[in-house]
Amino acid sequence: MARIIVVTSGKGGVGKTTTSAAIAMGLAKRGHKTAVIDFDVGLRNLDLIMGCERRVVYDFINVINGEAGLNQALIKDKNCNMLYILPASQTRDKDALSQEGVGKVLEELSREFKYIICDSPAGIEKGAHLAMYYADDAFVVTNPEVSSVRDSDRMLGILASKSKRAEENREPIKEYLLLARYSPERVKLGEMLSVNDVQEILSLHLLGVIPESKSVLNASNSGIPVILDEKSDAGQAYADIVARYLGENKPHRFIEDKKGFFGKLFGGK
Amino acid sequence: MSLLDYFKTSRPSSAAQAKERLQILVAHERVSHNQPLYLPQLQKELLEVIQKYVQVDKDAISVSFEQDGNQETLELNIVMPDDSTKRF
Ligand SMILES: Nc1ncnc2c1ncn2[C@@H]1O[C@H](COP(=O)(O)OP(=O)(O)OP(=O)(O)O)[C@@H](O)[C@H]1O
Ligand SMILES: [Mg+2]
Repeated sequence: MARIIVVTSGKGGVGKTTTSAAIAMGLAKRGHKTAVIDFDVGLRNLDLIMGCERRVVYDFINVINGEAGLNQALIKDKNCNMLYILPASQTRDKDALSQEGVGKVLEELSREFKYIICDSPAGIEKGAHLAMYYADDAFVVTNPEVSSVRDSDRMLGILASKSKRAEENREPIKEYLLLARYSPERVKLGEMLSVNDVQEILSLHLLGVIPESKSVLNASNSGIPVILDEKSDAGQAYADIVARYLGENKPHRFIEDKKGFFGKLFGGK
Repeated sequence: MSLLDYFKTSRPSSAAQAKERLQILVAHERVSHNQPLYLPQLQKELLEVIQKYVQVDKDAISVSFEQDGNQETLELNIVMPDDSTKRF
């Protein structure tokens, strides 16, 4: 049986697709057969971040409608043979997704794969709802910013009440906080919510902090998940997150401001 | 305390304001989102029934819903008018 992870947020543009690509690659690189699904029907982007946009023939909707088999639609990643991508449809809209159809695809994938990552669209409508409905774990991607934190809290309420697990009165979805686009320097200056602030407000288990990093744009420019840029801070942050998710004990990094002469001079620590 | 912190203590930072605003907002929204959708209708109908027997006005009745783990509590509060006791 596979473990189904939804990468969700409520608010748009906080780093869900970046995270989905990185986490999926990280799990696959460690030898776990992993599939990553783009639920953003009509606005597919995961294919670009994974660098497989020119190999898309069939998509998620085609599989749901029985127009193609899963084996025809799944794209094997070029960097890792344990990783497969199921792209979203670019021409259809969210209504093409049905709860039953999504359930069937996930069930079939569950027989083959160890982890299934669902890259949720923004919002709390159908696409986002179906991305989380069957999940076992939720990675709640949040930026240290008021509207993102508020939307994450809203999403937590939905995860707790509208999932299959909730409806069947089973153990609830396990929720994890991934705080993305973090700038320790700005936190120190009192210009940005700190990781402790966000944790206090959301009372969530922190899986990791991903710093604001130039390497993310570089990675998306070249269509290679940032986790493969092992020298980059964001790449390392995602590698840590995968390790922690798999139960390893990794101390948190990228929380303290380490750079700058003035930072050291005035910062105390 | 570092030198930088010393200069900052004069007014609350924007991050501190953000935190405070979020704490208030989130606490409020958690309560209202968890309420069942039937609550306003229930309140309206209960009021109609009560008004058949007692002269109360609209804000004299409040219905609140609370969830604590697996336990859900529906609390109904009616403020009786001062002269209502005369009938009993
Ligand atoms: N840690 C980071 N540092 C710098 N930029 C980042 C970081 N994470 C994400 N970004 C940038 O933020 C933008 C949005 O990222 P992404 O597409 O992953 O968000 P999303 O949540 O999937 O958006 P949507 O809600 O539209 O699906 C991108 O331009 C991405 O490069
Ligand atoms: Mg996205």
